[in-house]
This record gives sequence, structure tokens and C-alpha cells, in this order.
Amino acid sequence: MITAERKNFEEIRRMTDSAANVLVVGCNTCVAVCLTGGEKEAEQLASQLRLARGKDGIAGNVETVTVLRQCENEYLDSISELVNAADVVLSTACGIGPQGIAARYPEKRVAPAMNTNMMGYVKEHHVWTEYCVSCGFCVIGLTGGICPIARCAKTLLNGPCGGSQGGRCEISPDVPCAWQEIYDRLAALGDLDSLKRILGPKKWHVSSSGGPRTMKQEGFKP
Amino acid sequence: MMSGSNLEQTLSSGKFAVTAELGPPKGADPQVVAAKAGILKGHADAVNITDNQTAIARMCSMASAKLAMDEGLEPIMQMTCRDRNRLAMQADILGAAALGVKNLLCLTGDHQSFGNHPEAMGVFDLDSITLIQMVKQMRDDGLFQNGEELTVPPQLYIGAAANPYADPFPYRALRLAKKVDAGIDFVQTQIIYNVDKFEQFMEQCRELGIPERCKILAGVAPLKSAGMAKYMKNRVAGMDVPDAVVERMSAAEDAQSEGIDVCVEVINRVREVEGVAGVHVMAVEWEEAVPEILSRAGLRPGSAA
Repeated sequence: MITAERKNFEEIRRMTDSAANVLVVGCNTCVAVCLTGGEKEAEQLASQLRLARGKDGIAGNVETVTVLRQCENEYLDSISELVNAADVVLSTACGIGPQGIAARYPEKRVAPAMNTNMMGYVKEHHVWTEYCVSCGFCVIGLTGGICPIARCAKTLLNGPCGGSQGGRCEISPDVPCAWQEIYDRLAALGDLDSLKRILGPKKWHVSSSGGPRTMKQEGFKP
Repeated sequence: MMSGSNLEQTLSSGKFAVTAELGPPKGADPQVVAAKAGILKGHADAVNITDNQTAIARMCSMASAKLAMDEGLEPIMQMTCRDRNRLAMQADILGAAALGVKNLLCLTGDHQSFGNHPEAMGVFDLDSITLIQMVKQMRDDGLFQNGEELTVPPQLYIGAAANPYADPFPYRALRLAKKVDAGIDFVQTQIIYNVDKFEQFMEQCRELGIPERCKILAGVAPLKSAGMAKYMKNRVAGMDVPDAVVERMSAAEDAQSEGIDVCVEVINRVREVEGVAGVHVMAVEWEEAVPEILSRAGLRPGSAA
């Protein structure tokens, strides 16, 4: 799932203080599961804004509404009245949310309440860890089911660098070395020979490096 | 001969090679490179010119290599994958060869979070192994990475690094074998203080037939103080400094002299290890120590011997 964390309150204030009426829009899918931008969190942010703006004498209303997914017009259509009444729409979704609202409501100012950080796996309760960077060409079939592009700090395709020690990455003792994990997995599977094969150079043109990507399902019409 | 470099001549004639290291300055002063080159001249077959070492921005390795050549030193230009993509790398490889650089050391590079621009984007378009393949293809097949022909191939002696102290240990020699398969002619190891473990690593290398296909230079470095020994032991990723060495440095009255003693002792041990073709002395920002270390170890550049 996609994880996002709320921005610093002061930054949110700077983006919204000049607007009289603010609509905080929550998103009830990914960011609700990671407990940062669902209905409850959107309402909390709205109350916090009301309180702070009231104290500073800023006139206007702070409303809130939550949709199931901000990444689809079907859900964004349902909040048109509230959006039209607002001067700025503050989204607590991942980065797709505020852009979706901007695309659907071209006349409306939007602001992100969140910093989107990753596509993560729920490693344990309330701990997410990055497992995919949507690079466009999956190699984990060759690397024991562990992605070296997302999980190695240097996106190495050919084994651990000289900074791997005690199973930890050189960038931090809190970060596991993906290549140690790959090595351990392949050893357990009796497939260490596959580590002798040279992989790459990676074709980055199918990643975000190649420019914005579009996916179409041919044969489907609305 | 693939490059005709001193280093290649020394190693391919079976002589024991000596390489050293020169760190470019944090500024645009060519005199700094000239002065360091002056200290090292005549003591080594070739000298590594580091490339934004430890991810700290400095004068580039290609310009520094040219300045070192102007002083009569043979450079081993280092190139990391951290700061440039395959387009920039190929451009630099051709430019360096045109300037007369004959040795290229292919490295992945320390992560940018270690250096003085931790907010920078890490490139890592290639890794050290695919970089090696690319350089070999340019040199031997006259082809760019994309398969297009280039006009005049760069004649380079291709090197890489290997760390016997990183994990997983059983994979270290195998990973070096991958670099050999990719096309390296020589390799320099991480700094050795734990000679016993280096011997185990060399045994694995011999089992894989690596010394017959690639010249192995053992990396050494003088410790300057007990503090440096502790720092390297505890804080530098991929280093193995045994407690006995830290204790020796702590007990020494003259730490610098003790550090040189330890370095000379390591050289004397590793040169006896089967498959070791030379030593690489890393004394960045302490270049003055190199002549003394080499003279006490009785080593002169192979091509000058």
C-alpha cells in the first residue's frame, strides 16, 4: 500500500491561511490504513485548523469530508458541492489526491496536507517498509523475491557492496542489507548459483526516469 | 598490452607492483595536486586519483589525473557510479583516455549520505560490475554501451575494488569473480589490518582461479592515531580493525611511528600470501608517509626496479 505522513502543521497553515473557507478531504483507502489521512485524521486536522485559525482571527469555515478513494473521479464527483463552496481544498491523501482534485476541479486551489513516502509492506503492526519503487521491470524472480532496486540504497543488481556488514546497510544500522537478505534466501532455497550471473545494466526508461507513464487497458470502454 | 601503462607492464611481467593514492583538493588549486604528486613520484607504479571520495565534493578525478600526469605520475583514475549516469561515464572515459589516462578503477561509490551533500540524488544508473562490462566493451569491441560503434577505443587497464571484510563473507570471492568475468585486469582490496581473514579470502580466490585471471593488490594504510584506529573499527562501514591493533595504537608513545610500523608489518605478511601481485598504499591526506613505508618495506616500483 501507499504510505504518507502528515506535513508539519505550520507548513499546512502557510498554504491555507490566505483562504477563508477550507475543505479538508480525507481518503479512506491507503492513508486510512496507515492511520495518517483517513476520515478520523482529516477530522482531527480540521479541528486543529479551526482552533488555530480562530485564535488568529481568520474568518471563514473549515469543513471536512472523506471519500473512499481520491484517485478516481467517481468519488471526487460526489463532493462537488463542498468543493465549490471552498476557497482551498486541503487533501490528506497521497500525492495523487490533491492532483486528482485539481484535475477534476480546474478552478479550485488545492494544497497537500501530506508527504507521500512509499509503497510499503506492513512488516509488523504500524511499521511499513518500502518494497517497491515501481521501476517498471520486476527482477525479484532472479533475486529470491527481494527487490534490490527498492531495498538496496544503491539499487545494486550484482550483490552486496563493500559496506554490508553484519546484515546491515552502510547507510544505517537500522536498515537491513537487501543483498544479505537475498543471499540468505537463495542459500536457503539452494540457489546460490544464480548469484554468479551478471544482471543489468538496468533499463531505466520504463521507470519514472523515462517520463510520466500511462497505462491503458485496451478493449475496455466506459 | 591493453593499455601500455606502467602498472600493466609491471604486473604482466610478474613484478611486485606498488600503487598509492592521491586525494584531489577541495578547491581549484592545481598546485595542491602537483605538491602531492611530487611526494609520491618515483615511489609507486601508479597512483589512484580518488573520485569524490566518501561522497565529499572535490576537484574531479579526470582533471586531477591530468595534473598528476603533468608532474610525471601515472594515474589510476577512479570512477564511481554514484554521481553520473552511463552517458556521462562514457564521455568521461573517452575524455580521460584522450588526455592519456591508461588505468581506470571502476567503483560503485560510497553512498551520498556519508558525505557533505547528503541531500543529493544518488545516480547508480550502473553498478561497478556493469560499469566494468561497459569499459571492457568500449576498449575491446569498440562499442558504446548501447552497441553503437565508437571511433577510437579507449586503451585502459581496468581495475576494481574488493572488500574481504564485508558480508556475507562466503560471497566475497564469488563477487570478485563476477568482476573478473565482467572484465577487470586488476583489483585493489579494502585496507587490511586483519591479515588472517585476508588469507582466508585469498584461499577462496585461489579456489576460484582468480589470481590467474586478475592481478590482486593488497590494500594497506598507516593509522595516524589511536583515535583513527577506533574510528575505523567502529564507524567505517566494511572495515575490520582487530582489537590488538587498536590496543597497540593506544599504548604507543609515538602513534604515527607505530602506525607506520603496523602498516609495514601488514605489507610484509601479505606479500608472502600466494596470489598477491602487489600492494596498494592508501595514505590520503598523509601522502608523506608513503615513501617511508615503502622504503622500510624494501619496496620500489616494479618498473623502476
